[in-house]
Amino acid sequence: MTRVGVVLFPGSNCEHDVVEAVRALGGEADLLWHGATDVGPVDAVVLPGGFAHGDYLRPGAIARFSPIMAAIERFAADGGAVIGICNGFQILTEARLLPGALQKNRGLTFLCMPVELEVCSTRSVLTWEVAPGQRLRIPINHFEGNYTCDAETLSMLKAEDRVVLRYVDNPNGSVDRIAGICNAEGNVVGLMPHPERASDVLLGSADGATLLRSLLGTAVRPSALAGTDVLAVGAEVAATALA
Amino acid sequence: MLVEVSLRPGIADPQGATIERSLPALGFERVSGVRTGKAIRFSIDADDEAGARGEVDELCRRFLTNPVIEDARVTLAAADQAVRR
Amino acid sequence: MGVGRTSVLSMDTAIARALGLTDDEATAITSLLGREPNHLELAMYAVMWSEHCSYKSSRVHLARLPTEGDHVLVGPGENAGVIDAGDGIAIALRIESHNHPSAIEPYQGAATGVGGILRDIFTMGARPVAVMDPLRFGPLDDARSRWITAGVVSGISGYGNSVGVPTVGGELVFDECYAENPLVNVLCLGVLPVDRLVLGRASGPGNLAVLLGSTTGRDGIGGVSVLASAGFGDDANAEAAKRPNVQVGDPFEEKRLIEACLELLDRHLVVGIQDLGGAGLVCGTSETASRGGVGMDVNVAAVPLREPAMEPFEIMTSESQERMVAIVTPDDLAAVMSCCGKWEVRATVVGRVTTGGSLRILDGWEGEVLADVPAASLHEDAPCYNRPMARPPSLDEAAAAANDPGRLPAPEDCGADLVGMLMDPSWVFRQYDHQLFLNTVVGPGGDAALLRLKAPGAGGGSRERGTSGEPAASSGERASPERGSGERASPERGSAERGSAERGSAERGMALSTDGNGRWCALDPRAGTALVVAESALNVACVGGRPSALVNCLNFGNPEHPEVMWQLSEAVDGMASACRALGIPVIGGNVSLYNESRGRDIDPTPVVAVLGLVDRLTSVPPPVALVDGNEILLVGAQDDPGLGGSLWALTARGHRGGTLAPLDLDLHARLVELVAALVGERVVAGIHDVSDGGLGVALAEMAVQSGVGFTVPAGRLSGHSALFGEGPSRVLMSVAPDRVAAVVGAAVAANVPVSPIGLAGGDRLVVEGLVDLDLADAVASWRTALPRALGVEVGAGAP
Repeated sequence: MTRVGVVLFPGSNCEHDVVEAVRALGGEADLLWHGATDVGPVDAVVLPGGFAHGDYLRPGAIARFSPIMAAIERFAADGGAVIGICNGFQILTEARLLPGALQKNRGLTFLCMPVELEVCSTRSVLTWEVAPGQRLRIPINHFEGNYTCDAETLSMLKAEDRVVLRYVDNPNGSVDRIAGICNAEGNVVGLMPHPERASDVLLGSADGATLLRSLLGTAVRPSALAGTDVLAVGAEVAATALA
Repeated sequence: MLVEVSLRPGIADPQGATIERSLPALGFERVSGVRTGKAIRFSIDADDEAGARGEVDELCRRFLTNPVIEDARVTLAAADQAVRR
Repeated sequence: MGVGRTSVLSMDTAIARALGLTDDEATAITSLLGREPNHLELAMYAVMWSEHCSYKSSRVHLARLPTEGDHVLVGPGENAGVIDAGDGIAIALRIESHNHPSAIEPYQGAATGVGGILRDIFTMGARPVAVMDPLRFGPLDDARSRWITAGVVSGISGYGNSVGVPTVGGELVFDECYAENPLVNVLCLGVLPVDRLVLGRASGPGNLAVLLGSTTGRDGIGGVSVLASAGFGDDANAEAAKRPNVQVGDPFEEKRLIEACLELLDRHLVVGIQDLGGAGLVCGTSETASRGGVGMDVNVAAVPLREPAMEPFEIMTSESQERMVAIVTPDDLAAVMSCCGKWEVRATVVGRVTTGGSLRILDGWEGEVLADVPAASLHEDAPCYNRPMARPPSLDEAAAAANDPGRLPAPEDCGADLVGMLMDPSWVFRQYDHQLFLNTVVGPGGDAALLRLKAPGAGGGSRERGTSGEPAASSGERASPERGSGERASPERGSAERGSAERGSAERGMALSTDGNGRWCALDPRAGTALVVAESALNVACVGGRPSALVNCLNFGNPEHPEVMWQLSEAVDGMASACRALGIPVIGGNVSLYNESRGRDIDPTPVVAVLGLVDRLTSVPPPVALVDGNEILLVGAQDDPGLGGSLWALTARGHRGGTLAPLDLDLHARLVELVAALVGERVVAGIHDVSDGGLGVALAEMAVQSGVGFTVPAGRLSGHSALFGEGPSRVLMSVAPDRVAAVVGAAVAANVPVSPIGLAGGDRLVVEGLVDLDLADAVASWRTALPRALGVEVGAGAP
């Protein structure tokens, strides 16, 4: 049984949805209060969507200083699977666990709609069991989902096969249609689309369950990813995050 | 203290661009280079200007800005002037 | 003990009038108290006796609505109506208007409207799980209407998304009569375990009133009276002067307040709880006290303030947002404070429950008594007016018949008129999170929203660790493991054993539709309102719901105009007759009067929301769509309803006259039942209720939403009246050829007329002899109509 810890910040709102989706797939899920100083005996951590601390200042800017974040960094550095969905992705970039930043959408409106995604890398914990090039229909739900990074970072992401998901029709103006990226080891993944919202055909799509199943399958055997060849780079990223 | 946070040069600013696009219709033909940002105002208790500036620079780097996309400009004024609203 | 310093002044009639009290009302206050009120007391009566709080003009009529039902747990008069949905689950429902605040500051007006309605719901112990927004604005060729529309939509989006409650539907209507006075109605639905139902009552002398949430500022001082009781002129200065009354919303504060309050209720730490909305602390403290038959001492000096030097009357009437009052026993106070601390919610003891029924305002617990009034008198003794009524002469039957738009010349190109009525509202609802909580099976854009009905629980059954102040998890130890295994979900979705504790009713659903039609109600408020109720019930049936309850938001003009009171009275009677015939109890409502600009009243616009229950929800119901090769059936009324009050007459001819099509409530009840059954059995492939724009628009909407064209053979629709006429009790169904016999058989058995109207398929929209349109052009036109009218980038951010 894979155990997933779902972090609850004041202002998070997708935490129960993630718990429900994980349990429906046979996993075990518990909430982790943001004030906790360790993540406990979990196999994976999910930073869910929402508006942690009201998104005041910048999305994720305040949440990254919560006590749980230091514990999550240690967990990630030890190879634990960490997924940031939407606001969770924003928090991971603010915490420098992932490079780049999420800006306001190109059209300057909030966007809640299903989008078509292309699986670009299968070396992340979220896509390990998915076929490369597979198309997934999963909703987005954000105002600040326009992924931005400098040219150097972008070429690094591409060279290291770290672009996990791309939008087929770029809805928010993201650089290189990026919808999700991972760290060098592939155990830390951030994505703007909400897989838990596509976990059941009754909700319009079950494609998100494909990603969550991969997480549940991979998290119990983190060694599955150890064969990848860019460990050194990733270790450095993790070590410099929030010095 | 006044901290003005703006997007770094080269980072797209759709809000600024939208404002700029709407200006000719209002008769402002000669305005260009519109960039938006936010202003954060606060007081700091420090012995001298250098001390205050050092602390605020650190605050900007760690918290008030996201250096990936944002720059900060810091303006100091002595307490009696700074707090005017 | 006497009453404080201001009592020595004799009551100033001018001040009473300035506060919005009539001279008779001021006299009534003096006789209630047996003395002259002081200024603070006057202000308290003024806000509580305002139209907004007392419904003094409408109460006499509202009493005629049917409110009884076996499943009704809480009817009108409380913070929200509540029904028993079975399986130990209750559903709370409320609708409100935020019209006037939204006219002044669209973003904040709409945002605080959402905030207020959520508090009404979680006050009952329910978790808010869905919001809907029926919106009405002026035409978008006017810059101010565009500004109001865009501002209201971003206010709903900005507040609703952040606070974490999905907005699953609503309406979007543009009409000249709302140009200066938009209608921004907001509905919220919450779910709760039946045994958690709480009412806003104080009890137990010695118990404490704890103010939760935001600090108190001058926002909305007198807002109840000023914002709810004054029309808007076109004087820019007057508007600027009113601006400080607009409240500013903080969705993050509200989100923490929701979580803290639901945790307090879950842990049985509060005796009663009440939100502070219109009339602020005066209302919150006097309502809880008078409902509980007790009194209360309120210490104004204890209220945490946002601004210095606030007067007691300002503190007591402030409408600062995101505040609640909880009644707590002294023994539980420490636990309450700790729970609030965890959620970073400010909590302050501001009052004490007393015997005797007096609401006393104190300056310090042992300090001066600033006001002393019977708490119940603020509610129960509020004036009740039976204002004069008069039928407007323009609605004379002969005049209406002579003015029927059927007499207007037929259009040269029905296709162009049809395209002109198509508008995809998705630019609006894409800005709303409509999927949170994984309940939304049919979101905005369908005939009704359809949600899964899951057993509620503040924590959704999730355990939590690392919570300070939470005994089970404070040590960082794993919470008791035995709970988790019992609740574990089975991997197969929909299997019966799926998380029984958490999802006791995973296979049930609830349907929700909001409807209004000012055009119809202006012609005949009684018949128009009945048509609106009928339509809402049918919409709910179109996603498989059995109509179970109704709430209403009555948006009308100035009640001092006899025509407006006549409209209100007629609308109530129309609603009552339709609700009785369809067996739908009215469980709550809101009245918004003084909707006018420059002395012109809006069209009477009662908006209703019908809630339906779905017994079995295991697949997505048929959408608003055509399927290639299907037969299209018209089920229900078959006659040409005529063009009176139609959208076509207004948009194509600028004409607003005529008579409405008759409503056969018996037929309608049979149709609602038939449609819910056919949808429940999934025997139809697509379905759409026929409403604005008649059969033509309904067919075209099914076509553009599915990308499948249609052909209606020559002679089937005799002319533009049959094509665009609007009447009740009609549904279009797209049915596979091998299912047609079954559907027709079911209709015949139900004594509901049915006839084939055309065939689905191809890439053109064809009504032979009237319409021939290219499907791709129609789709493009439908999709871009709203962004084009708003002047925003067409398809910005759209796929």
